[in-house]
Amino acid sequence: MSNLLPLTLKVNGEEKTFLASPHASLLRVLRDNYYWDVKCGCEEGDCGTCTVLLDGKAVKSCITLAHNCAGHEVWTDKGLGYNDEITRMIQDAFVECGSIQCGFCTPGMIVAAKHYIDHGGIADRKEIRKAISGNLCRCTGYNKIVDAIYKVAVELGREVR
Amino acid sequence: MTITEKKNFRLVGNRVPRHDAIAKARGEQLYSDDWVMPNMLYGKVLRSKYPSAILKGIDTSKAKALPGVHAVLTWEDVPLNQEVTKFGQMRDVGGGFEGLYKVLAHGKIRSKAEPIALVAAETQELAEEACKLIEVDYEVTEGVYDPREALKDGAYLVSSEDDTNRIMDTMIRMGDVDSAWDKCDLIVENDFYATPHDHAYLETESGMAWIDENGVITMRVGTQVLEHYRTIANVMKMPHTKIRNMGVPMGGGFGGKEDITVETFLCLLTAATRRPVKMVWSREESIECHSKRHPEYLHYKTGVTKDGHVVAQEVNIVLDGGSYTYCTPWVQMYSTMNGAGCYHFPNSRCTSVSAFTNNTFSSANRGFGATQTNFSYDRQMDIIAKKLGMSPYEFRRMNVLRNGDPQHTGFVPQGHVALTELLDVVWEKLNEVPKVDYLPDGRKFGRGIACAQMGYGRLCFLHDNSRVALRLELDGTVTLRAGVPDLGGGQGSVLAQIAAEEFGLPIEDVHPYVMDTHLTPLCGTTTATRQLYMSGNACIEACKPLKAALARKAAEIIKATWWPVTTEAGYEWEPDIANIEGQLEFHDRKIYYAPDPQKCVDFKTVVAHISNEGGELFNEGQFNAPAVEVPDLSDIKGQILPDMTYTCHGVDVAVDEETGEYEILRLIAAIDCGKAINRNSCEGQVEGGAIYNLGWVREDLHWENGITKANNFSTYLIPTAVDAPDVETILLESRGGIGPYGAKGVGEPADNSICPATVNALSDAVGVEFFCTNVKPEDVLKAIKEKNKKNK
Repeated sequence: MSNLLPLTLKVNGEEKTFLASPHASLLRVLRDNYYWDVKCGCEEGDCGTCTVLLDGKAVKSCITLAHNCAGHEVWTDKGLGYNDEITRMIQDAFVECGSIQCGFCTPGMIVAAKHYIDHGGIADRKEIRKAISGNLCRCTGYNKIVDAIYKVAVELGREVR
Repeated sequence: MTITEKKNFRLVGNRVPRHDAIAKARGEQLYSDDWVMPNMLYGKVLRSKYPSAILKGIDTSKAKALPGVHAVLTWEDVPLNQEVTKFGQMRDVGGGFEGLYKVLAHGKIRSKAEPIALVAAETQELAEEACKLIEVDYEVTEGVYDPREALKDGAYLVSSEDDTNRIMDTMIRMGDVDSAWDKCDLIVENDFYATPHDHAYLETESGMAWIDENGVITMRVGTQVLEHYRTIANVMKMPHTKIRNMGVPMGGGFGGKEDITVETFLCLLTAATRRPVKMVWSREESIECHSKRHPEYLHYKTGVTKDGHVVAQEVNIVLDGGSYTYCTPWVQMYSTMNGAGCYHFPNSRCTSVSAFTNNTFSSANRGFGATQTNFSYDRQMDIIAKKLGMSPYEFRRMNVLRNGDPQHTGFVPQGHVALTELLDVVWEKLNEVPKVDYLPDGRKFGRGIACAQMGYGRLCFLHDNSRVALRLELDGTVTLRAGVPDLGGGQGSVLAQIAAEEFGLPIEDVHPYVMDTHLTPLCGTTTATRQLYMSGNACIEACKPLKAALARKAAEIIKATWWPVTTEAGYEWEPDIANIEGQLEFHDRKIYYAPDPQKCVDFKTVVAHISNEGGELFNEGQFNAPAVEVPDLSDIKGQILPDMTYTCHGVDVAVDEETGEYEILRLIAAIDCGKAINRNSCEGQVEGGAIYNLGWVREDLHWENGITKANNFSTYLIPTAVDAPDVETILLESRGGIGPYGAKGVGEPADNSICPATVNALSDAVGVEFFCTNVKPEDVLKAIKEKNKKNK
């Protein structure tokens, strides 16, 4: 591996310096450094399993150039779960509502849900469906995923009256 | 029909969180691609450049010379390059059922998925680079891409090992079709086509292998069939004791991880390099190189009376087996069995033939042959209902199978047949919203209904069985061990729930250890909708002797604690042990004397007593499915599958007649699950199955002469959350299944009847019949235009 350049990122609240080639995606850098909760389902920006928060915004890490993120803040599902109350609520709702089958889409889906809730997402099934439409799930048919996010929105007083 | 006896459930039927759900939610669950080891190499497969060719030679010298490349393997390096394909069956069934498993290409190349060579290198990039340096001498041949062409005399021969493209012929008949046509007032003939379908699980095939300190080749690979370790050992010419898979939960399976995927390649590369090797398929490699749902060409000829009674049906099916046999014969059995559908035809005949082509091999995909026929027979029923001027509901209800009706092989299933109830409940639910011609927004409205049957449990001639082991811990918790591959259905978790129910413990007191070829008792394959039925029953079997020992000890303790009692008359009275033992109940971590629940003892106290006395705290239970001999394939009779699950789906669609674009407005999914064990999991299967099969209507692999054009998620479009409607799930619980507590299997049956219901709804909306499972908006638009042209 030639041409590795240092890259400093804040990942899950910790400042980290990695060595990464100039063309490496954020997904590759994260996975190469054992952030296994960032899954790789297609590496082409289609499936959303690699979704992370970059400066508070949900992005697909496989189509995000790692070096472009230098100095920025990245959060993954696992990191968020232990640090962020909203994410923990979403995770618990996924468990309770039976939203998880194989679980491979789950971390990315939870990050997408976190983005939705953080940006004022309401308890509206259609809006929730739109918000997670960049994240594929092949197991659940989405019903129970929508249920879980809806539940969190209601718990946060975001019912539609 | 058996209705299992009632029981007061405490856990069964609840929405119990699965043991692994928290790990999955928090991003802690590790999958096949989430492992690394020191000194690890990366493996890569070189696939064929052409779907049809003769392999004349391979020059690996340049690839081998590349620094950082540690192995380049071809067929000559495989200890046993040709083996028989097995799917974990405990009985050799031979014959046409066990086809060729060829590890690396030799002789004729049968498809573009054919693996030519394997590489192990220091990095993924180097492995890819090395693949490019392998020089392969191909003699390109014409190939054949349609099974109907492949079956003709003089057709191109796909294989160099067989002298025919024909894989198998089967036939099932009932009554006398040929003389029954005279009794029919209306005979309808149609040709249907069921397209190939990709599983599109989000986790591609991946895993790693290494050699442990005792020379055991050890893998971490998610698979639906742990028992493949036997075939892999044969390929490696190693004893079955020395190939181990520490199974990993799959990121989805749906039948696509039923065949061997990366396992053999990893074992060969790790054996050649003596270093750990990891292999991960890209999305493109996954879609191009794993199995597909069988494309099927189906001809239906159906005769009915004018008052709507079905009389006779003749079905001819041609299956595209693709490049290798794999599950084709099994799938074909399901297609043939379900050919005439879930309707009571006194006279029926279904013949089927499968053929090799140079397409990617076909094998298991959720619905397993039943779903292709289901589309066709339930489209056919809809078309006939219209011709008779009957409602699709009424016509179906008149003719569906009922309790006591034989299957087309003459076998009468033991389980409850809920088709009439399911039709009633779905039709009623659909009609809560009145049917209209046009919606206020100008879109055309359509309504469709369809029903289906499908077996759960494997073909009975495989003599299927499963085992579960339990150990009572000294603190009163329970360790459960089961070689049950979990593809996301909660196959492991549900066993813990059953054991907890039986022992009267909370769910957190039973922990399942699952999926290891050599440390957990093998449960058989996670296929054929069999795990809940087979391993659930095995779990109850495993509980029985332990419960008996616990009850005996508890009775002794209760008797010693609470008796004798002195009655008012001054007598000392006490029941005998057997009397107490027979009236005990297990719940809330205690064992109670039911007539007087104050008389109870802690579960863990009883365990401690047994342990102190040297009693056994461990048991492995086995369950065996009904077993029969291999049937005569030219006239299949009798019991083929243990029992059937029945479904019914209702769909409302809105069609934009200007563009052909359509929206699923409502989707009602009803199933008789017998008994829901984990309600969330059961509903999850029904909802997921509905959207999976709804996807089949629009997903288009776009095969062209053996080349998969839609090989990623930008082109192979599976439903997103906006494409999928909310599924209205209806679980009927007849308790009439032969699984634990009267449960039936739901995983695959949940995937049926939705495709025909959707296409029936589209036909209803636009007034044009569709004969292919794949109906994209452009097909709808084309049909509308053609209809308008005709009407002018």
